[in-house]
Amino acid sequence: MKRPQLERPGLLEARDVTRLYGPGKGCEGIDFRLHEGEVLGIVGESGSGKSTLLRTLSGMETPDAGRVIYHSSVDRGHDGAAQDGELDLYAIGEARRRALLRMEWGLVHQNPRDGLRLGVSAGANIGERLMALGERHYGQLRAAGQDWMGRVELDPGRIDDAPQHFSGGMQQRLQIARTLVTRPRLVFMDEPTGGLDVSVQARLLDMLRTLVRELGLSVVLVTHDLAVARLLADRLMVMRRGRVVEAGLTDQILDDPQHAYTQLLVSSVLTP
Amino acid sequence: MNGYNFAYLDEQTKRMIRRGLLKAVAIPGYQVPFGGREMPMPYGWGTGGMQLTASILGQDDVLKVIDQGADDTTNAVSIRAFFERVAGVDTTTATTEADVIQTRHRIPETPLAAGQILVFQVPIPEPLRFIEPSEEETRVMHALEEYGVMHVKLYEDIARHGHIATTYAYPVKVDGRYVADPSPIPKFDNPKLHMSDALMLFGAGREKRLYAIPPHTRVESLDFEDHPFEVQEWGESCALCGARDSFLDEVITDDQGGRMFVCSDTDYCQRRQEEVA
Repeated sequence: MKRPQLERPGLLEARDVTRLYGPGKGCEGIDFRLHEGEVLGIVGESGSGKSTLLRTLSGMETPDAGRVIYHSSVDRGHDGAAQDGELDLYAIGEARRRALLRMEWGLVHQNPRDGLRLGVSAGANIGERLMALGERHYGQLRAAGQDWMGRVELDPGRIDDAPQHFSGGMQQRLQIARTLVTRPRLVFMDEPTGGLDVSVQARLLDMLRTLVRELGLSVVLVTHDLAVARLLADRLMVMRRGRVVEAGLTDQILDDPQHAYTQLLVSSVLTP
Repeated sequence: MNGYNFAYLDEQTKRMIRRGLLKAVAIPGYQVPFGGREMPMPYGWGTGGMQLTASILGQDDVLKVIDQGADDTTNAVSIRAFFERVAGVDTTTATTEADVIQTRHRIPETPLAAGQILVFQVPIPEPLRFIEPSEEETRVMHALEEYGVMHVKLYEDIARHGHIATTYAYPVKVDGRYVADPSPIPKFDNPKLHMSDALMLFGAGREKRLYAIPPHTRVESLDFEDHPFEVQEWGESCALCGARDSFLDEVITDDQGGRMFVCSDTDYCQRRQEEVA
């Protein structure tokens, strides 16, 4: 008799992931499991290896050791049959890894200029991922573009404007719309509010939180800003010198930090 | 032969280019790198096309060279004279009599027949270049069929102009696989690529790439479901031969706003005029 699995497999798993550029530079021996619909925050100071870890997790940088496992909802094996598959990110080959990035994953860069095509209009930016998935109906692409501009609180009337005429906060919103338009299951965010002033940050965070709940996204969020982590993340990992020094529920870590470094980090937050 | 090898290039080079061409024909639309040689004229004047022509030209072949459809423009005249001198082959202006036709920017109006070879001069062989500057990246995109960005450009056209405003070098998908740039031919000529009886070869001298569309190959122009591919229309007929089905050039005749439309394919136009006379 086949019993239902009591514990659902996680969405993304890191098993002893190491990527070092030099001793203490990069990330080392990272283990964690991200569940479906969960927001995992990775915090730490500059140079602690957060971004390296994110790059390794999102398929952009091959780890020196360890494995990144993704549980795909529909995995088409060689026989074409759909099955619940466990994919080793760096064993499946570049073609499938890029297809995964295109179809089931999303990536939000810290600098919206890295994630946007500045030469083409906002609508084309939002439509690009849809077109990559084979959408070939201009009217529907445009409707999706307008719909998503509305969702990220941009004026849909500016759909034909080039992103370089948008402000920093608007560019970031556009980047988020462009990433979420294909409804990815897993989104990686690298300092999504970096470089924005506080009032813009607050509104962007509010919007992000709404979207994450609405779409049931799983998110890996890298930030150095504990306030951002507090607002968005369910669970936190604190990194220092390439290693995870403390991990747990967000509130637990921020309210009752155990590790000396986390205590320092939490006490360093400025309050106006 | 004036101290030059037959058709200017040495035999080893021609062999290398022919090997590249065989590969290009085997994988329609795929860009094959080749060791391009320096030709006695500047890049951008058709050095890629000339190297291909030189490699496939036989002693009994008849050559036709056109530039923007015309046999009597500078580029056409000088390339024709070049091959007359270094290969001693017969040349013609008649599309039907030619075995090899080297062309810049047009496909002749007269349908090509089996056995004919059309050689295109290509400035930028990479259709993805405008959106992706890295060669490494575009190769991966071709390998993995990541062609979504091609439609970004078409989308942008419609958003700005209300219709697909790309009128030349209109991207095509060859045999359902590779997206290729058909060289700067007007999109008017794109349908002629589809299921052609003739072999189409493309040579880019500066970029050192060649590719091919073999005879009877599917060639689809990219488009949107609600904005299908369309060719230009003039609503005029040729002032010289009266043709309504050919690609027309607008010629300014005076400074009073006088103008006329004439066929860009001079051979086609002349033949029609002779028929009428």
